[in-house]
Amino acid sequence: MSIVTVQLGQCGNQIGFEVFNALFTDSQSSQGLCSKRENEAYQASCKERFFREEKGVPIARAVLVDMEPKVINHVLSKAAQSGQWKYSQHACFCQKQGSGNNWAYGYSVHGPKHEDSIMNLIQKEVEKCDSLNGFFIIMSIAGGTGSGLGAFLTQHLHDHYSNALKMNQIIWPYGTGEVIVQNYNSILTLSHLYRSSDALLIHENDTIHKICAKLMNIKQISFGDINQVLAHQLGSVFQPTYSVEGSFHYRRNPLGIDWQVRPPLPGLPPLGKMSQNREQHFNTSLANLVILRGKDVQNANLEGFKDPALYTSWLGPDEAFTVWKTQRAFSRYEKSAALVSNSQFFVKPLDTIVGKAWNMFASKEAWNYARVHGTPGPAPPQTPGGDSRVRPLLTTGLAAWGTVVRGRVSEVCAELSKQ
Amino acid sequence: MTQSVVVQVGQCGNQIGCCFWDLALREHAAVNQKGIYDEAIGSFFRNVDTRVVGDGSSISKGKICSLKARAVLIDMEEGVVNEILQGPLRDVFDSKQLITDISGSGNNWAVGHKVFGSLYREQILEKLRKSAEHCDCLQCFFILHSMGGGTGSGLGTFLLKVLEDEFPEVYRFVTSVYPSSEDDVITSPYNSLLAVKELNEHADCVLPIDNQSLFDIISKIDLVVNSGKLGPIVKPNSLVTSGGTAFKKQHKKPFDAMNNIVANLLLHLTSSARFEGSLNMDLNEISMNLVPFPQLHYLVSSLTPLYTLADVNIPPRRLDLMFSDAFSKDHQLIQADPKHSLYLACALMVRGNVQISDLRRNIERLKPSLQFVSWNQEGWKTSLCSVPPVGHSHSLLALANNTCVKPTFIELRERFMRLYKKKAHLHHYLQVEGMEESCFTEAVSSLSALIEEYDQLDATKSLPVEDVQRLSIAV
Repeated sequence: MSIVTVQLGQCGNQIGFEVFNALFTDSQSSQGLCSKRENEAYQASCKERFFREEKGVPIARAVLVDMEPKVINHVLSKAAQSGQWKYSQHACFCQKQGSGNNWAYGYSVHGPKHEDSIMNLIQKEVEKCDSLNGFFIIMSIAGGTGSGLGAFLTQHLHDHYSNALKMNQIIWPYGTGEVIVQNYNSILTLSHLYRSSDALLIHENDTIHKICAKLMNIKQISFGDINQVLAHQLGSVFQPTYSVEGSFHYRRNPLGIDWQVRPPLPGLPPLGKMSQNREQHFNTSLANLVILRGKDVQNANLEGFKDPALYTSWLGPDEAFTVWKTQRAFSRYEKSAALVSNSQFFVKPLDTIVGKAWNMFASKEAWNYARVHGTPGPAPPQTPGGDSRVRPLLTTGLAAWGTVVRGRVSEVCAELSKQ
Repeated sequence: MTQSVVVQVGQCGNQIGCCFWDLALREHAAVNQKGIYDEAIGSFFRNVDTRVVGDGSSISKGKICSLKARAVLIDMEEGVVNEILQGPLRDVFDSKQLITDISGSGNNWAVGHKVFGSLYREQILEKLRKSAEHCDCLQCFFILHSMGGGTGSGLGTFLLKVLEDEFPEVYRFVTSVYPSSEDDVITSPYNSLLAVKELNEHADCVLPIDNQSLFDIISKIDLVVNSGKLGPIVKPNSLVTSGGTAFKKQHKKPFDAMNNIVANLLLHLTSSARFEGSLNMDLNEISMNLVPFPQLHYLVSSLTPLYTLADVNIPPRRLDLMFSDAFSKDHQLIQADPKHSLYLACALMVRGNVQISDLRRNIERLKPSLQFVSWNQEGWKTSLCSVPPVGHSHSLLALANNTCVKPTFIELRERFMRLYKKKAHLHHYLQVEGMEESCFTEAVSSLSALIEEYDQLDATKSLPVEDVQRLSIAV
């Protein structure tokens, strides 16, 4: 079962490279702390998932998309330089001008315009898989391409490949600004994504930065360092593992995390009444997944994760907690563990950016002038002879900000605060 | 990758332009060791095979044959352009991309704008279209001019309207040199004010520069350089003010040093678009992030470092000092004090061996001393470009959309009113066809409206930051 990765924008492409590198390097590692046969099964499984072979060279199952060429060129050459694996030159889609940090550009202009070309590339990559499990879409939510085009594409993948899982890796920007309009872009992206994506894996730049500074003691932290930490975390989740049933084959379904939240059974008291009787917990989980790799995994004590206080009343630890174990070590760590959690941690950062976006929007409608003045904001990309269709699209796209921001954002917050 | 076209108008514009092309060539020569024409050079230069008779066909890949600047040179008198064409850069300019006249504009905005505007409109259009055709994907026009004279000010701003009509999707970035208070052109307040109205309405982004600030920066550098044997020695080629000639020689032209600073500004502005880095910033992102309202598109710029020390025994100025310098008023390219005014947005464009943690540390450090507008408390846009400028290991360009430009405009209005009340020199303008008193009154009201907008923002400075009440859903 294979995964097709779609790398979007500068962030997506830079991270995607590090992820493939981490996966490949780990799979090739000889210090697996397990039998040779097991190591070979692990390698074969990893390879099938993320790479395919062309003339003996492993090629990443990936489609690289960006609205300007510099980053993709850089990433392609870095991969080729490693001599171990590379990207397919034909699986890249580039334009010349970038999205200008404008979500509306990514979503309403670049999306429809390049939909066919990009979906074609994805289709080609899908056809090269024996069986497709799903898509892994890497994007940031602060910029223009990753966020806007990412939201658009995820929706289309949802429509075209309804049986395949879509997991989005989204990068939460630094709190003190990388991009001034990042709050607008983030809100707009999330309000679209949460309807069409099956799972959103979130990484915050601030948090990874702290990991680099405090846990790893790196003095001058670069984006390369941050991306490598991220790739390491993802690798430890995506590499092959045994399922909880303890079968002797590696799980064929790497993204088989069951994120479906079942509604409370009829007969239980309604939620409102229940929560008054419980103490305030700092973080309630809907589901948790622990992945253990390396020595002594069978003897690990996981009772702490099964505490009912961590979970909701209507989805207890028996249903909500899962563990996968495998003896094969990851990245030469004797023992390693990863936790993937569907919990409330997300509410606070989300609330913060909604607040900031609302402040900017409501106080003086800054950055919305395109709608007010009736002239398009930043210019649409070049089309020969000028595309008169593009201008009204942009104005209506921007005019829709008002409804989208107010309606969707409030819904998102309300749903999450119901926990 | 995209291309940009530089349009240099008038004496000042052309002299700055000349310095810019010189520095651009040096920068690309330093970066591009193999002499292959790549997309980075392509953003400002065409690769042309001069052996082909006729238009000189453009070559898009392969070795560099002959580089031609993507530029249009406009001046209503011949002296400056002729000097450029006889100088060391003569082969860089395409002789068909010039528009010159003989008589000049007489320091009269009306002559530049109305008379020469209508006379040369078709020619200007033709040259612009030609240069646009040579571009694969044209993103931006850079207009270089001064505000105080006749051609740069009048014809330069006429050009803006033409660009807006002909190429509505291409950005218009204007570098305007504002006259200092001791300007020798008596009518400069009239010219500047009439030009400001056009900039308000037709430019996407304006980088105002003033001569006094440039002069102060040069004096500071000279102080360091000439401080005698015991003082630190500055690395040649690292001076922001030096051009092709060694820094110790007398500058041949008096404004060269000052123009080089402006040329460096343009190079740094476009560096992240031309070269790769871990956090790229294209030109369209500048407008998107730094211009919250269409009228308020005046960006105060500051450049550091201004020089690097050659003596290896003296430790290099710490990276953090570079950031502090960028926010001090000595490094601004316009007489302004952003630290004590209100920031609407701020961009930090870093080049060289600087990483995200350095950037974050300095933002955290400087943030408490800066005041941001209430609805954009974290209004920072950052970019990291891995290619450092020639002669330095790293550099920083800070662009701020800040209410500190207000005093510049207020002073401009005052100097204008002093002349206008007496109707001094007004007849020179009114005798030009198409010019009426209403042109002046409209220009004043346009400037006053701009000042008013900045005033309103400043008024919010002292108010406590309140969270605007959010919409709640009706259950």
